[in-house]
Amino acid sequence: MTRKQKRLAMIGAIGLVLAVATGLILVALQDQIMFFRSPTEVVQGKVKPGEAFRLGGLVETGSLVKEPNQIVRFVVTDGANTVRVTHQGILPDLFREGQGVVTEGKLEPGGVFNASTVLARHDENYMPREVADSLKQQGVWKDGKGESKGAKP
Amino acid sequence: MIVELGHFALILGFAVALFQATVPLWGAIRGDAVLARLGAQAALVHFALLALAFAALTHAYLVSDFSVLNVFQNSHSLKPLIYKWSGVWGNHEGSMLLWVLILALFGAGVAVFSKRLPDDMLGATLGVQGLIASAFCAFLIFASNPFLRMPNPPIEGRDLNPVLQDPGLAIHPPLLYLGYVGFSIVFSFAAAALVLGRVDAAFARMIRPWTLAAWITLTLGIAMGSYWAYYELGWGGYWFWDPVENASLMPWLTGTALLHSAIVLEKREALKTWTILLAVVTFSLSLLGTFLVRSGVLTSVHAFAVDPERGLFILLILIAFIGGSFALFAARASALQGGGLFAPISREGALVFNNLFLSVASLAVFVGTLYPLLLEALTGAKISVGPPFFNLTAVPLMVPLFLAIPFGQKLAWKRGDLLGASQRLWICMALGVVGAAISAYAAGGGPVLALAGIGLGIFLVLGALDDLLDRGLRGGIGMIGARLRAIPQSITAMALAHAGAGLMVIGISATAFETEKIAAMKPGETLALDGYTLRLEGIGPVTGPNYNAIAAEFSLRDPAGTELARLRPAKRVYIGRQMPTSEVGRYRHGLSEIYLAIGETSDGQHVDLRAYHKPFVLLIWLGPLLMSIGGILSLLDRRLRIGVPARRARLRPEPAE
Repeated sequence: MTRKQKRLAMIGAIGLVLAVATGLILVALQDQIMFFRSPTEVVQGKVKPGEAFRLGGLVETGSLVKEPNQIVRFVVTDGANTVRVTHQGILPDLFREGQGVVTEGKLEPGGVFNASTVLARHDENYMPREVADSLKQQGVWKDGKGESKGAKP
Repeated sequence: MIVELGHFALILGFAVALFQATVPLWGAIRGDAVLARLGAQAALVHFALLALAFAALTHAYLVSDFSVLNVFQNSHSLKPLIYKWSGVWGNHEGSMLLWVLILALFGAGVAVFSKRLPDDMLGATLGVQGLIASAFCAFLIFASNPFLRMPNPPIEGRDLNPVLQDPGLAIHPPLLYLGYVGFSIVFSFAAAALVLGRVDAAFARMIRPWTLAAWITLTLGIAMGSYWAYYELGWGGYWFWDPVENASLMPWLTGTALLHSAIVLEKREALKTWTILLAVVTFSLSLLGTFLVRSGVLTSVHAFAVDPERGLFILLILIAFIGGSFALFAARASALQGGGLFAPISREGALVFNNLFLSVASLAVFVGTLYPLLLEALTGAKISVGPPFFNLTAVPLMVPLFLAIPFGQKLAWKRGDLLGASQRLWICMALGVVGAAISAYAAGGGPVLALAGIGLGIFLVLGALDDLLDRGLRGGIGMIGARLRAIPQSITAMALAHAGAGLMVIGISATAFETEKIAAMKPGETLALDGYTLRLEGIGPVTGPNYNAIAAEFSLRDPAGTELARLRPAKRVYIGRQMPTSEVGRYRHGLSEIYLAIGETSDGQHVDLRAYHKPFVLLIWLGPLLMSIGGILSLLDRRLRIGVPARRARLRPEPAE
């Protein structure tokens, strides 16, 4: 191979890898991302049927029910609207009524959110930013109420 | 008094950093060797002052001085000593002080080992390091000062976040910072080389030990963090593709690429601009990670003090350094002479392949981590990019890289012979397939991808070690000991590091074969788990130094009915913050583990149990450990410790003797 051909082959190979990587990234960004929804958005019907999404808000006080086979039911609220949630499994340590929660899952036909994951937090004061934002929109949350104090670096 | 002393030392350290950032740099540019050499003294003084500041804060923690706001917010008098000590960096301000201390440590390290460095290179490097130190000292003093006093000191502190009350906190952040921040000195070398317009084999030799040291500690730090999350969070997960984890993975990927491209620069004087670019990008990614963790712009399980003002401060530092270094790069990179092209089938060709894939994988992680920010800024939509994204992008991009490692190791410099090199590798590959088949048989089937992963891992380990075996056996069986000792340490190091990558691949693939069982159990009830039997023996309270706990005691029996161990997973509630945490019960057999975590026991009559059998799970962390051991061996290789050959006559006149 001449010098020029070598250079072209090299650039071609690098371009190919970059193209494949870009393709993978774009495809994954189409299909593999999850939107964050507040109960109000769910009630307003912004969720496509069968779409997996993250639902966040406060766990309504007094709504937690534990059933056999590790099934738990609770209600997530943003102050204006509520969504019923069911989850099978052990709840994370910091799951409490009246506190913020983020869950991942799909909406079932009856309007109940079937959560495959209830996300754990590291700090009892920590409020997921999306939850804080959506609560602010509903006027439930005021700045400074739940500032976070330190955690894992 | 001691606290004020520490505060004063920090401010003085800031002043010294400003000196270090200006005078030696000026000396290096003007060719004034005396001024340039002052950088070494400044770096040592700066380090001493920051060590003093750090010691003062540590003292405040050890004696529980709650008149210091930072101690009040993050400590408790009942806390065990080790957590008082490690709690110094279990919070934002303290960990930033550790960050700057490590920055100073690397500057001082260069000052100590600087004898063979050209004067101007030393001055410019320590000057740039001083610039970084100045920026972060200012951030500490003006936006996150750990030495602030409170007018009315309370009697008791608010305690350290219980999740952090674990020996992991003593090890993980310092190691991680040593890695993260260690790349700062490589960045400083690169910036100095750009300023002075000198990038050559000597430069590659200069940055080699520092890149290796940072890489070793970053590898250990990430692995340690992953292991900590595994046993502390009670979920049995080892990697969550959390933004903060990604923030440490990105500099690791580019740092690994840098480690390999520097070899090409050293041996062939090629890839000059690329190596410089990687050095700049790696530290930029470290800074980006610091920004992501501290600003709270991304939702992460690592909830750090979410303070927009601090975020803005770090963002400004980030923009200044990344913008500045890229501007410098754009202005000076064209002046660097290219080293010419080389054959694609050669050691250097393989290293380019390595760099290409590592960088592209890093790009995928970068996009996945920052895309939510971009989308929210543009459309206001909030999204999360989770494991599925990374499993579809970064993981497939790593597979060709792993496949290529054994081949790259066998290729010669300049002109390799792929067919000749691969002859022995076919055997390794066949053994990998056999290994995967045996796993499939043992597990009674299993996901094809996981089996392929196990085969790949076995191929990697055997392929990496084959080199050693081949060299060792050349003189016949009798000579094996002598032959193995004769192998250059750097070759052994490479083989071990690559084998470590293989072990990790096996460990990660094996997670597909784990068994998870969830059950509500009463005392006396049993649960079968992959042939093992768990029996709940009892539930009872436990009192610790600063927590109360409910523990469940399980007996674990093997298929023959012999009792292997008593496991006591517990739920702790810490007194200071009234916050519950999980303690898991684990039983190790070989490289596999039985892992138990319990949920809340509301009535004291039964527990919700989550039990796992995780085959070969320990390989996930033993692999990176082996990688680091390879790195340490390479760092100790005597052949490579020879000083930088003097390219130019020293600027300083030698006194006549």
